[in-house]
Amino acid sequence: MKTHLNTLYVTKQGAYLAKDGAAVVVRVDKKPQLRLPLHNLDGIVVFGHVGCSPALMAAAASAGVSISLLTEYGRFLAAIVGFTSGNVLLRREQYRRADDSEKTLALARSFVQGKLMNARTVLLRAARDANEGERKETLTATAKRLSGRLVEVNQATTTDILRGLEGEAATQYFAAFPSLLTRPAKAFNFTKRSRRPPLDPINALLSFVYSLLLHDVRSACEATGLDSVVGYLHRDRPGRPSLALDLMEEFRPYLADRLVFSLVNRQQVTASGFETQETGGVVMDDQTRKRVLVAWQERKQEEIKHPYTGDRMTVGLLPHIQARLLARHLRGDLDAYPPFIWK
Amino acid sequence: MYVLVTYDVSTSTPEGKKRLSHVAKACLDYGQRVQNSVFEMKVDPAQWTTCKNRLISIVDEATDSLRFYYLGTNWQRRVEHFGAKGSYDIEGPLIV
Repeated sequence: MKTHLNTLYVTKQGAYLAKDGAAVVVRVDKKPQLRLPLHNLDGIVVFGHVGCSPALMAAAASAGVSISLLTEYGRFLAAIVGFTSGNVLLRREQYRRADDSEKTLALARSFVQGKLMNARTVLLRAARDANEGERKETLTATAKRLSGRLVEVNQATTTDILRGLEGEAATQYFAAFPSLLTRPAKAFNFTKRSRRPPLDPINALLSFVYSLLLHDVRSACEATGLDSVVGYLHRDRPGRPSLALDLMEEFRPYLADRLVFSLVNRQQVTASGFETQETGGVVMDDQTRKRVLVAWQERKQEEIKHPYTGDRMTVGLLPHIQARLLARHLRGDLDAYPPFIWK
Repeated sequence: MYVLVTYDVSTSTPEGKKRLSHVAKACLDYGQRVQNSVFEMKVDPAQWTTCKNRLISIVDEATDSLRFYYLGTNWQRRVEHFGAKGSYDIEGPLIV
């Protein structure tokens, strides 16, 4: 049984990661700060100007520890993974399904269903706790609209129609996003989703947490033996981890969005922790970034009962379980892929 | 599971000094040093078997000793720390 292993995040600029025995050593100004055995880790995520020795890259790749390189602000740049592992038959089946438009549609539909169901639950839960009438109304109305979309998704006849529906649903969902925030502070004035660059603090938070989630989901795909670049809902594009993006959809509302608005609502992040750059892009300062990372890591430690398998597990293990359920479906052990649906 | 490993290696001979550094190196591959000859390790049963065999093959049982304390999975309740040289929690957020 796969256990939930930890991820090491290095945000200290100028730090250097080296291999020592079977462990990774983080050095700052040539002084060792932290020494962790590789077998306790699932992944290493480094931000910005952080060096990494070739020996460590090789050791991590062979130990199945993925290293993701991100910019200081959390945009994904590159990943270091070892030889493509896993079962070649599984991969072939994954590619075959990607070439079959009907099977692609069925899988893409599952991912969108998962996303919409979870987005709906996030809105309805917030509506239950909302005491102002207006907010409650917006949240329940949007949840209802998403239910309508869900019906259309089930009837979609092509993947393109499905992609269109997903886009519309996302716009509606993000339109209701301000109502998820209980303290409508002026700086957290969110109107719509913007990225590359994010134009306000909420978008900066969303983009950052999405890239953390992508690292985890991508590692889960690779660890399961799936090819993370051949997806169903997302089209192939050089360098794009389409399958990881597909699998990530169902986790976005549950893992990422909920974390973002609870950080804001609990005032764990404040407007002063963000700065606007000349380009108009908004970035967070070091302290805020660290707070988000701590919150993200703690969130993954929480326990949940998996709605499909019924097992108790940590939240951080969910992407691995979903990747395995997908693999079981591809192998023909499951008739359909059951997306993670938060209840 | 959590294992606490402590050792005493006789350093009266050059071979003993060598054994001492080999034991320390092996322990560093599996866990963190919490005191001079005390290590805490988070290992699964397979990793533990390899680690244990490696340690036993290094020491000379006539002069040295190894002690293993099995702390299980609820080790947090069983460990308290006072004073300098705090350790990291391998299951907590790891951020540098």
